[in-house]
Amino acid sequence: MNNMGAIILISVGVLFNIFGCIGLIRLPDMYNRLQAATKCVTLGCCSILLGVLVHFGIGSAGFRALMAIPILFFTATVAAHALARGAYHFGTKMDERSVKDDYREAVK
Amino acid sequence: MRYVTVFILSMIFWLLITFKFTVPNIAAGAIASAITAAIFGRYYFHNVYKFLQPRRWLWFVVYLVTFIWACIKANFDVAYRVLHPAMPIKPGIVKVKTTLRSEFARTLLANSITMTPGTITVDIIGDEMYIHWIYIRSEDPAVYTRMVTGRFEEYIKKFAE
Repeated sequence: MNNMGAIILISVGVLFNIFGCIGLIRLPDMYNRLQAATKCVTLGCCSILLGVLVHFGIGSAGFRALMAIPILFFTATVAAHALARGAYHFGTKMDERSVKDDYREAVK
Repeated sequence: MRYVTVFILSMIFWLLITFKFTVPNIAAGAIASAITAAIFGRYYFHNVYKFLQPRRWLWFVVYLVTFIWACIKANFDVAYRVLHPAMPIKPGIVKVKTTLRSEFARTLLANSITMTPGTITVDIIGDEMYIHWIYIRSEDPAVYTRMVTGRFEEYIKKFAE
């Protein structure tokens, strides 16, 4: 039973990681790709880590997996801000389907 | 007082991550925490006594539940947009005003927005946050401010400010 839960959680995590990778290829510009890369991949990894926790139970390895989740959340979000901001200042164009850009006046 | 709080938090973190309660391990953790506190203590909150108010912890739990739920929704949202053959996207950067004052609360709000469906915080200038949105649902600033910040802003205001 314990093992079953771990397998389900890890499978869900891998599935979301695959969705994130598909998004990385299919979406048009850098900012949209960043969306897929942060959201799907972060929760995918969290799901895998929870699977590790269920598999090993409460103990040394389980706690390490649990502690990795908040660190992953903070680093992923901060990296996303930094990448998006850096790309904008570098001059990466947004896709032509974009409908609004309030940031342009602010940067000037 | 700030330095003591940072020391205690890093010590707890060390013990959780090593999970070995022997004397040499605890001593090593104490030294590492002391160095961390000495370097980073000055960047911490000014009023650490807020940690001791139970009401804030209660709101923190409420916030955490909302946050996890939004996170799961965000994943299905992105998965739907990625797998849909026509790719229903309408991206753009919108400007959102925040009423939060402290830097910690603003950082937390920016991180929460990054994890909610379809939005990434690009920058904060003054009171305004610039947010990249994968599908802009509304043109009215009042409406999309509510959609983006959602309930996070009130919860964060209750426990972090």
